[in-house]
Order: sequence, then C-alpha cells, then structure tokens
Amino acid sequence: MPELLSLEPTRRLMQPASVAPAHLSTVALEKYYRKGDHKIPVLRGVEINIRRGEFLSIVGQSGSGKSTLLHVMGLLDSPSVGEVLLDGDRIDDLPQTTRDELRNRVFGFVFQFYHLLPELNVLENVLTPLMIRHSMFGYWKRRREFKAQAEEILEKVGLTHRLKHKPNELSGGEMQRAAIARSLVAKPEILLADEPTGNLDAGTGQEILGLLRNLNEQEGLTIVMVTHDESLARSAHRLVRLTEGRLEVLNEAA
Amino acid sequence: MYKLLLSVRYLRTRFIALASIISVMLGVATMIVVNSVMSGFGTEMRNRIHAILSDVVVETNSLDGVHDPERWMQIIREVGGDDIDSMAAMVEIYGMMTYDYRGQSVMKTVQLVGIDPLTRAKVSPDAGVFQNSLDSYQEIKEDKIVVREPLRLPNEPPSWELTAEAMEYRRHHIKLQQEYIEKRKWEQGRAKPEAGASDDDAPAAIVNPFADPVPSAALKDTAPDFTTGQHPVVEVDQAAPQPARVFVGAGLIEFVYYDEEGKQRKVMRIVRPGDDVMISTISAGRPEPVRFHATVVDVFKSGMSEYDSNLVFCNLEELQRVRGMIDPDNNDGAITSIQIKLKNYDRAAEVVRRLQAALPPGLFSVRTWEQKQGPLLAAVEIEKAILNVLLFLIITVAGFGILAIFYMIVVEKTRDIGILKALGASSRGVMTIFLSYGLALGVVGSGVGVAIGLLFVNYIDKIEKGLSWLTGRKIFDETIYYFPNIPTDVSPTMVVWVALAAVTIAVLASVLPARRAARLHPVEALRYE
Repeated sequence: MPELLSLEPTRRLMQPASVAPAHLSTVALEKYYRKGDHKIPVLRGVEINIRRGEFLSIVGQSGSGKSTLLHVMGLLDSPSVGEVLLDGDRIDDLPQTTRDELRNRVFGFVFQFYHLLPELNVLENVLTPLMIRHSMFGYWKRRREFKAQAEEILEKVGLTHRLKHKPNELSGGEMQRAAIARSLVAKPEILLADEPTGNLDAGTGQEILGLLRNLNEQEGLTIVMVTHDESLARSAHRLVRLTEGRLEVLNEAA
Repeated sequence: MYKLLLSVRYLRTRFIALASIISVMLGVATMIVVNSVMSGFGTEMRNRIHAILSDVVVETNSLDGVHDPERWMQIIREVGGDDIDSMAAMVEIYGMMTYDYRGQSVMKTVQLVGIDPLTRAKVSPDAGVFQNSLDSYQEIKEDKIVVREPLRLPNEPPSWELTAEAMEYRRHHIKLQQEYIEKRKWEQGRAKPEAGASDDDAPAAIVNPFADPVPSAALKDTAPDFTTGQHPVVEVDQAAPQPARVFVGAGLIEFVYYDEEGKQRKVMRIVRPGDDVMISTISAGRPEPVRFHATVVDVFKSGMSEYDSNLVFCNLEELQRVRGMIDPDNNDGAITSIQIKLKNYDRAAEVVRRLQAALPPGLFSVRTWEQKQGPLLAAVEIEKAILNVLLFLIITVAGFGILAIFYMIVVEKTRDIGILKALGASSRGVMTIFLSYGLALGVVGSGVGVAIGLLFVNYIDKIEKGLSWLTGRKIFDETIYYFPNIPTDVSPTMVVWVALAAVTIAVLASVLPARRAARLHPVEALRYE
C-alpha cells in the first residue's frame, strides 16, 4: 500500500511531539444530557491526547458518544465535567466570543451530511468562514485575495469545474469535497471530521479518505476522524474505540 | 459579510418573504394614498373657508353693530401696525330671501352680509379669490363644452353693476311682464268694465316684484316716499335695477335634477342675475321686520355648501339704510364686523392677542378664521388622526405576518444556523442575519409601497374613472363635493414617516425570531434533519 510508505516520516516526527504538550487533549471529560429528571451519561471520563500532525480515528457504534466527543473537543458543545486543552491551555471555559473565534480559526469541521448552505454556490460556501472572520469592510478590501485562496483550495480538492454550482447540483462526493475545502480555507490547525464518508459509497469514501490523508501528510494537519467503519479507520495513525462513553485504545495504527 | 450575503439570498430565494413584502407594501401604499387624499380635501376645504373669512375677524357682540367704523379701523391699524395688510367693514345679519318660482314664493333663511365688493375682495387671502367665486367671472361648461365665456374680465374689480347680459335679460323680462299685465287689465276690463279697482290685486301672485307701481321711486328717495306714492310722475326706466343689489349663494337659487335617463346631472337656476328677490330682515335697535327688493347682480359659489346655501352679499350702504343703522346727523353707518387681512398669517395669534387687549372686550370678539371655524377644522383633523391609527394597524398586522413567516424560516434554517455557528459565527452574527433580513423586507416593502402610493396619488383621477367603469357606479361623485378632480396633497414628511414606521415594524417583528435563531444550540441545530 502506498500509504504505508508515506507513514514513516510522520512517525518519526511524533517522537519529540510526545514530550511537548499534546496539540489537543481532554481531561476526565464527562458529558450528560438531561431528559426530565434523568441524567443520561454520554461521555464518562474520556482522556485523550492528540499530537500535532496526528491522524486519529475514533470508532464506535452509534450512540457510543463519538460525535459528542468531537463536538466537545471542537467547542460546539461544552463538557459537563472535565477539560479540553489546546496546546496545554484550557479552552472549554473561555468566553463565548473567544470560543466562536477559536472555532473559526483553529478548528475545521467536516460533517457526514456535508452541511453546505443551500442558498450559496460552492465558491461562496467555501468563503463563508472567511466572511465570518472578517468584518464586512475588511472582507471587501481583501475579497480578491480570499477568492484566489478559495479557488486554490477548491483546485486542491478537485472542484474547479463546480465553482458556481449550488450544492443541490453536486454529487455526494463533490459536496463532501466542497465541505472539506470550506473547512480548510480558514487554514485551521485541527480538522474534526464526523463520519465524513458515512453518506458516500465505498469508492467515493476512499477518495475522500485519501484526500484527508494527503492533507495530513503534506500540510501536517492534525485530523480527528470519527467513523463506525473500522476498515476506514485503520488507515489512520492511531485508532481508539469509544464504548458507552469510555475510551479503549486499540492499537497504535495499523 | 456573510450576514448581508445570506439575508439577501434568503430574500431572493424565499417566495414566502414576498408575502410579507406585499403586506408591508400595501399598508404603506394605502397610508400614503389615504393621507394624501385626506389632506388634499382638508387643504381644499380650508382654502374655501379662508376665501370667505379673511385672516382675522373682529365681530361685535351685538347685531346692532358699532358706529364710526373709521375710528375702530384706525385703532386696529395702530394696534396691528405693520402686520395689517387691509381691512373690510361689514354688516352681518340674519334674514330671509323670497323669490317667485312658478307662481309660488320660495323662502330661504339666509345670512346677509353687507359688503363693499372692492374692500371685500382685498381682504381675501389671495388676489382674485373673491372674484373667482362669482359666476360672471367664470366660463360655464356643459359636457366639457364652453357654453358661455366669462362675462367679466379677470382684472375687472367686483362691483354692484349688472353685466350687459343681465341688464338685457332684465329689460326683456320686464317687458314681457308688462305686456302680460296690460293684457290682463284689458281682459278684465272687458269682462267687468266697472271693477277696475281690483286690477292691482289680481296679477300679484304671478307678477314679479318689479310690478311694483313705483319701482324707481326708491332710487333717489327715502322710505317714507315709497309708501305715499305721491312722487311726481317722471318718465323712468322701468327696467332700472333696484338700489339694493345682491350676490346670492348658488345653493339658494338652484336645484339639481337628473335628465330622463336619470344619469346626467343637471342644475336648474331659478333666479338669474337681473332678477329681483325680496329680502326680509330686522332693523337695528328695537327689532322690527324690514323688507326690501334687491336685484341679483351675480351668483356666488365658494364650493363650501355651508356658505353657498346661506350667504347673500348685499351692498353695505343699502343694508345699513334699510336696517336704520345710519345716523341721520352725520351719515355715519354702523358695522358689525371687520375682516382683516394680515401680511403674514404666521403672526395671526400675536395680532389677535394685541387686538383683544386693545379693543373693549364687551364690544368685540377677535378671532382668527381658524378659531372661528374651529370645530369643523378640528373634526377633519381628528378624522385624519383616527384613520391614521386604523391604517397603521394594517401595517402592524403585516408586522405579525412577518413575525410568523420569520419563525417559519428560522425553523427551516435551523441546520444552516448550526453550520454557521460551527464555522465560528457568533450568536450576535446569526441574530444580525435575521434582523437585516427583516430590515431588507421592510425597506423593499416600504420602498415599493411608497412608489405605488405616489403613483396612485398621481393618477388618482384615472384610477377613479377605471374603478367607476369597472363597478358601474360613480365612486367619486362630484355632486357631493364640488371638486372636478380628487384633490390630493402629498406631504414629504408624511411619506418619510410612514416609510420609517413600516421599516421599524418590520425590524421589530424580526427581533423575536432572530433571538430564537441566535439562541439555537449548534449541536441541536446540526442534529436537525
């Protein structure tokens, strides 16, 4: 497999990284949902350290809490107990506006159902994070630069021929590539992918996975991917399993 | 940036938003049209009232009036100073007007106003207003064809002189009458040669007042001579007009009927310039009935039916003489009111205050024309205010429509809100999307509404014709108002306020849905499928 060859240099990089604080980590993470008087636990003390440039897969059955873990790590949700650390600093208790900004600058999200905005075309969808980051005037001044940036990324994911298309005119694979382009345009440090291949056929799923692996290897992007498909998950550096809100380490990658 | 982009996109892609735009638009357009028409009517009515009443009216509290008008006018001029433009002294008194129509005498209660036409015309708010209300200065149209040119030139000062046409008519009429009397006399003489004494009584019912045995006697002589009949028989012009001349209100002497098909509206004038009418009123001092014949010089039409079916203008000196208001010693006639035209109406309140202080309070009351017509003007204002409140409720209803539609859109867009939050949009940013969406709805709706409203006002007469044709009945009946066209008056301030209010309501209506959108939890929103 060609992937195996390219894994080697990354592994070597990992050694010094374990000394430095993990890129993203969780400490005794617990999450409950309330249903009436009942507390329904979803995460029960998850400890995880993700190194810079690591490609981590989280597998688990549906309802195991893997999506919730991803959301909590990506600051979309806040933990009931425990902490989320970015480069050793706690980030889950920051004020709302700072967390909004971290989501915009540090994290990139890829979802199972692509979640593109149906009113905007592919290019506009990809530009959305930049529009959110900059003020109207600031965006207007640099719109050409941003547009070039977005087009470059869309070229990277192979969507140059679909710039002006609305999401409903694209295939599933194209939509997911557009979503990945959107998550990358803001130059994030960590990509959080929630079942990115869950809605795609096997071939297209492999394509998307290849894209993610390339990003990880060439750009050194830290990727956390949640999936229920273990065969896909095995192509990551490391694989962890989430069962009933607890983490069990399977193996240090394939 | 994404806020603007998304709110514009939502506006363009949601047809349901069109419903809110239309409701805002209709509300705004209706408010503009109704306000313009109402203030058009109001302005037109004020102009017509103001044409009859000059800026400030000084009235005596007694119908007997005050003597020596020159002295009072001098006082007013001193007190008013530079603010006074001109003044006119008048006598106002109640009376009755009687004329014959097909052998019956028609009697109307009237308000007699003794004026000097020249000074009266000068106190009108604008030059020519008084003349324009007189028939002989107007052309007469029937079915849009001019059937009579104006009898007097517009620059001719109003006077008590009969026009040549009226004089001609009078001569002809009196000649016919006299021939008729002669014929009756001859017929009766043949039937009963001895009974000549009853000659005078017999035709009285048919014959007009000019059949008076000595119509010209009053020309030079005072009342006592009138009764004695001892005047030396001079060859006089039988057709010479009476010394008393009147302008009668159109509503007093005409009636409206419809032709055979019942569609065409016609006006029948019973009394024409050149005819004589009889006026009865009371004398000054101890009220005694007095009556006199007067020749109609002109017909007067102000457009306010209240005036047109009440007012009879009479020559001031004659009215004073008949009412016994002239002091025999120094020939000084009393007057009951002085109308004042100001140079600048804005200073009216100030002038009124000064005059009230300067004139003896028991003798005079001083008011502006607006104060004098206060209840009527206030009624119009209140009517307008109530209509505005009701119409504003329409826009509020549109606001609730926006609220409901926005809630729907927020629910529909729940997932997109989650996406935006995942991409780092703040709650405030999401809220701004929906607020600016509401703002855009309001701006577009009220913009189009303003345009439609203004166009409607501009083409209101054509629209009225179209609607009348469509419904088969006249919507704007000019017999009720005297307007040939629907009067409109667009005030820019009003338009701006209406548009602003509509935009505000649209934004306010989007606040609740926008807050709901802002509070959505991103994870819940993303789970929404």
